[in-house]
Amino acid sequence: MKDLVNRRDFMKLSGLGGVVFASGLFGAGITSCVTAAGKLEAAAEDFYFVQLSDTHWGFEGAPNPDAKNTLKNAVATVNSLAQQPDFIVFTGDLTHTTDDPQERRKRLAEFKEIVSDLKVKSVRFMPGEHDAALDHGAAYHEFFGDMHYNFNHKGVHFIVLDNVSDPTASIGSGQLAWLAEDLSKQATDAKIVVFTHRPLFDLYPQWDWATRDGQKAIDLLMAHSNVTVFYGHIHQENHHMTGHIAHHSAKSLIFPLPAPGSQPKRAPVPWDATQPNRGLGFREVDVELQKNKFEINEFNVQGLPAAKA
Amino acid sequence: MKMILRRRQFLISTTILGFGAACSYASTKPEVKKSETKVISVTAKKFEYSTSEIHLKKDEPVILEFVSQDVVMGFNLPDFKLRIDIIPNIKTRLPFTPDKTGSFTFYCDIFCGSGHEEMNGVVIVS
Repeated sequence: MKDLVNRRDFMKLSGLGGVVFASGLFGAGITSCVTAAGKLEAAAEDFYFVQLSDTHWGFEGAPNPDAKNTLKNAVATVNSLAQQPDFIVFTGDLTHTTDDPQERRKRLAEFKEIVSDLKVKSVRFMPGEHDAALDHGAAYHEFFGDMHYNFNHKGVHFIVLDNVSDPTASIGSGQLAWLAEDLSKQATDAKIVVFTHRPLFDLYPQWDWATRDGQKAIDLLMAHSNVTVFYGHIHQENHHMTGHIAHHSAKSLIFPLPAPGSQPKRAPVPWDATQPNRGLGFREVDVELQKNKFEINEFNVQGLPAAKA
Repeated sequence: MKMILRRRQFLISTTILGFGAACSYASTKPEVKKSETKVISVTAKKFEYSTSEIHLKKDEPVILEFVSQDVVMGFNLPDFKLRIDIIPNIKTRLPFTPDKTGSFTFYCDIFCGSGHEEMNGVVIVS
């Protein structure tokens, strides 16, 4: 983890910004993750992962005249990182929606082909409503499999929740029961990270920035002391707490959206030819288990530290 | 005697009339109230509502009446915690009395297609 520390130290010393959040997200004390088999996984090794979100492959329009290259550029940038992440996660809206099921599959196939160039082969996916809401995830499932699942990595229990394939933006009773069952196998102080597309809390329902039954998921998660949620959907950074649970939204890789409620209508921030890709980017999440914290570093498409939100 | 009969007939008549009027009042009262409640019809279709501005008055009850011309859609007015599914070819009614003034966004909360994200409007309460 020396490289991780060096990279962070470099960013802090150089004053480039980008370090947007650092605290004891996992609470006090080193804990362990109880696996599905009931075995304790050691929590010993720090690691980092990369979150990319809302790539909207297939989008065409003035908000991003370079849309055919943005995702490819981001893949190249991630590939150029001196130290590669343990895994990469895409938090939904891989493709831009289309009413044509055949075109949807074409976009999903093209997206999959582009991200297959990532050096890191451990890549986790989940759908956004653009990928899955019109066919309840049928096409998405053909390409990427399950829409909700879990996995363990170096002492952290990761849960992927689907709050988009139901067109009402609901998680649904079946998946909530699955979540409750999964959480029942975890120690109350287990390190838990949730990936999802929409905010689980009512960020700004007037712009559809909510999950209809998201509070039910939060209620289930509240019984655990070390939970952090990473999501997408709103095309910008946002950091919010519901009780002790932190929620962090990521930038988009297609166009930024305005701050919640900052203007009458939700509409893309116009493309600025003098600052191409402004507001776009990805993030690294350093998981420092020994220090019991995450550190989130934001980067633009070129891989330069992004200005603090 | 004749006077007494006339008075009894008068009393009976007025009693019947009074009872009839009371019955009439009782049976027509809801209809009167119903007809006084303004009905605002809103039709939804991909990807718009028939009206993008609904003008209402504070504390004045209305009935919002919805119907979809194609697929199932939603009407969600978060500031009043008000929502309803809009069903194709079936009218659904939503009684509503705004208790605050201002301009409030409503939107379709059921993902309905490529133009879904532009399907919204505003309720203006004066």
